[in-house]
Amino acid sequence: MTPRRRALAALALLAAAALLAPGARAQQVIADLSRHLVAITTGFAGAEVLLFGAVDGEGDVIVTVRGPEGDVVVRRKSQVNGMWINTQSVTFGAVPGYYAVASTKPIEEIVTPPVAEREQIGAGRLRLEPERNIPPETVAQFRLALLRNMERNGLFQARTATIRFLGQRLFRADIVFPANVPTGLYTVNVYLVKGGQVVSAATTPLSVSKIGLSAEIFDFAQNRGFSYGVIAVAFAGFAGWAASRLFQRG
Amino acid sequence: MQVYLPIAEVSVDAFLLLGLGGLVGFLGGLFGVGGGFLMTPALIVIGIPPAVAVASGANQIVASSISGAVSQWRKGNVDVTMGIVLLAAGILGTGAGVALFRLLQRAGQIDLVVQLSYVVLLGIVGTMMGIESGRAVLRRRRGPRPPGRLHQHFWVHRWPLRMRFRRSKLYISAIPPAAIGFLVGVLTAIMGIGGGFIMVPAMIYLFGMPTLTVVGTSQFQIVFVTAATTLLLAATTHTVDVVLAILLIVGGVIGTQIGTRMGQLLRGEYLRGLLAAMVLAMAIKLAWDLVAAPLDLFSIAVGK
Repeated sequence: MTPRRRALAALALLAAAALLAPGARAQQVIADLSRHLVAITTGFAGAEVLLFGAVDGEGDVIVTVRGPEGDVVVRRKSQVNGMWINTQSVTFGAVPGYYAVASTKPIEEIVTPPVAEREQIGAGRLRLEPERNIPPETVAQFRLALLRNMERNGLFQARTATIRFLGQRLFRADIVFPANVPTGLYTVNVYLVKGGQVVSAATTPLSVSKIGLSAEIFDFAQNRGFSYGVIAVAFAGFAGWAASRLFQRG
Repeated sequence: MQVYLPIAEVSVDAFLLLGLGGLVGFLGGLFGVGGGFLMTPALIVIGIPPAVAVASGANQIVASSISGAVSQWRKGNVDVTMGIVLLAAGILGTGAGVALFRLLQRAGQIDLVVQLSYVVLLGIVGTMMGIESGRAVLRRRRGPRPPGRLHQHFWVHRWPLRMRFRRSKLYISAIPPAAIGFLVGVLTAIMGIGGGFIMVPAMIYLFGMPTLTVVGTSQFQIVFVTAATTLLLAATTHTVDVVLAILLIVGGVIGTQIGTRMGQLLRGEYLRGLLAAMVLAMAIKLAWDLVAAPLDLFSIAVGK
């Protein structure tokens, strides 16, 4: 048994116990993550987090992961005097910096379109509003461009990942974070779906943050920029000078 | 080996950065130029945000130009008066450049301006160098020419605010050196270059400075302007990535030493001809990128 599997088994037992306990009847789905912190260290090249949980009774499971929200400017190029230049831009507010979805079956087969729309299941159903009043056809075009670019950057997962059931009640899914994942607080939503409707939901938080040396460098650069600059220049000056002395001797 | 750059917030192969630093250092050592004009575009191509590429590139140039500056200083080839005029104007230019960079970034036109500046500058410098080295090759074949005057007298010698630059044996207006210094400062902040390839021809052809003090003074100026740019950007925009800079510096100092040694084996005018060809190729590539239809007409900028 790998440590991960052992943890999974232990938590699955806890999950089962919680479901069977009296008074927990309302909670029909519970889920947790193998860890609640994705640490961006100096060697960070992306990460995988295991999500596991249990359901009470029949149904399908959908999981969505949303990163911290921020503004995104979408720009369009057009040809001016033979050159391709940014000429038009639309700013969308509250765009999640990361979005992924996983489910046991294709989304369209298990929830009705209005429900998928309401719960914003799937990157294509994210509610993205422009900051100013802009004609709807322009918004639609820029919105698609935003989705396409985020997908290309690996920050919106284009495909729905698969959730696998282990037996009748336990399920697991892997959430993949690329190396360029933004830092901040993430929300993982787990839905239990029956007959096209969401019958139960659970939310668990996840934090992505810089840890160790990379965090210290970042904080130093942000909070004491001038001292940071002095050190950067001093190091560069010393390295350049020392190297030339070293090579002269050799 | 992937390494996460804490300021650029991207993960890049450390050996790719070491190799890039080494290659640019090698070319710099070979041709006697800083190589910033190659480094910044290359960093942007591998996915470093432009603002971080410019700031960390400036930091790297401090390392690549300091040894040359120290040895020129020892030989007495630095015209300190000229250096101070260039530097004072250069620091003002850096400040203006940083402000301009942020303004253009907000307007979504920074990529265009950087790219256009590169096309224009590299195009002009490459053409000039190509012509000059071609002539030098021809001259060598025809045999030496009799020595002429100390320097030509141009319009710059008649402007007001005249100053005496002892080391360069010049008595010229301080306005043209200040203007060039300012321009180089702006370009350092926007393009992440040391500006040697603008300053050197300006000093020779506009001010009529002797070649010996030109090289020493421009290296003196590059060290201080890039150091000032690094400091200013670190204090205001927080875009200097030391992890990135260290990797480039380590690769760069090794590459520079190898390049310098190789450069001594080749003849000057042929070297300059080669450099001209490389600079022109870069200009053509960047110009092509501006006119070729982009793969996706849309691009995004994620705010914080």
